[in-house]
Amino acid sequence: MPKAPAGTLYRGREGMWSWVAHRVTGIGIFFFLFAHILDTALVRVSPEAYNEVIATYKNPIVGLMEVGLVAAIVFHAFNGLRIVLVDFWSKGPRYQKQMSVTVLVLWVALMVPFTIRHLSHVFGG
Amino acid sequence: MTTTIPAPRSPRRLRGRTNTELYAWMFMRASGVLLVILIFTHLFVNLITGDGINALDFGFVAGKWADPLWQVWDLLMLWLAMLHGTNGLRTVINDYAERDQLRLWLKVGLYTATTITIVLGTLVIFTFDPCPPDAAADLLPSFCQVP
Repeated sequence: MPKAPAGTLYRGREGMWSWVAHRVTGIGIFFFLFAHILDTALVRVSPEAYNEVIATYKNPIVGLMEVGLVAAIVFHAFNGLRIVLVDFWSKGPRYQKQMSVTVLVLWVALMVPFTIRHLSHVFGG
Repeated sequence: MTTTIPAPRSPRRLRGRTNTELYAWMFMRASGVLLVILIFTHLFVNLITGDGINALDFGFVAGKWADPLWQVWDLLMLWLAMLHGTNGLRTVINDYAERDQLRLWLKVGLYTATTITIVLGTLVIFTFDPCPPDAAADLLPSFCQVP
């Protein structure tokens, strides 16, 4: 039975939004992982079967989706390390806000060079 | 009727309780840290070095899996990432699927898909032949050519 709304536990700010983003990126990466394992399994069928499927990925649309995938992975990785530090480092909870900012800074610092490099492969041939 | 009250600070013994959730929580943190190293290296080698994504084909994969290091690397990634993701999705299902039957069947589906994928991936890594005898030579890694 649907429950009547009874207030909310969602509090906003860094804590809630990083939690939301961690879930969303995690679910997305997990579904990609199924596809990634199944297409890689084609190497066991034949070189032709694998190359044929990989060739369908070599276009600008999938290239941009790959940037999105790596963006999700890099965020999930750094935010996951922040969670580990909040849980295990004695000063973690006190610095959770600074660590949230650090996650975003590191994410941008990695994604800018990665995007340039990857898109030059995708669009430069 | 008398009620026995345990002494203060005596260890809690809750009947029927196990530590499964604690182990799952620990596994997420331990596997997460390892996956950062495994996957960042995987992405660097496959997408950044050389011709990046353009170099990816059968010969590339075969060349990597000729090395036992990359076989073990990819095997570890396969198991840790699948179990980490499965436990993550189990948490999400427990949070949002409120009907008992729906929650049960979503998890049955999840565990089935995970088992099939891990078994398939493991078999592929260990039964893979980088030089299949009936394949065109130009699709194979260079070390397959017989002089």
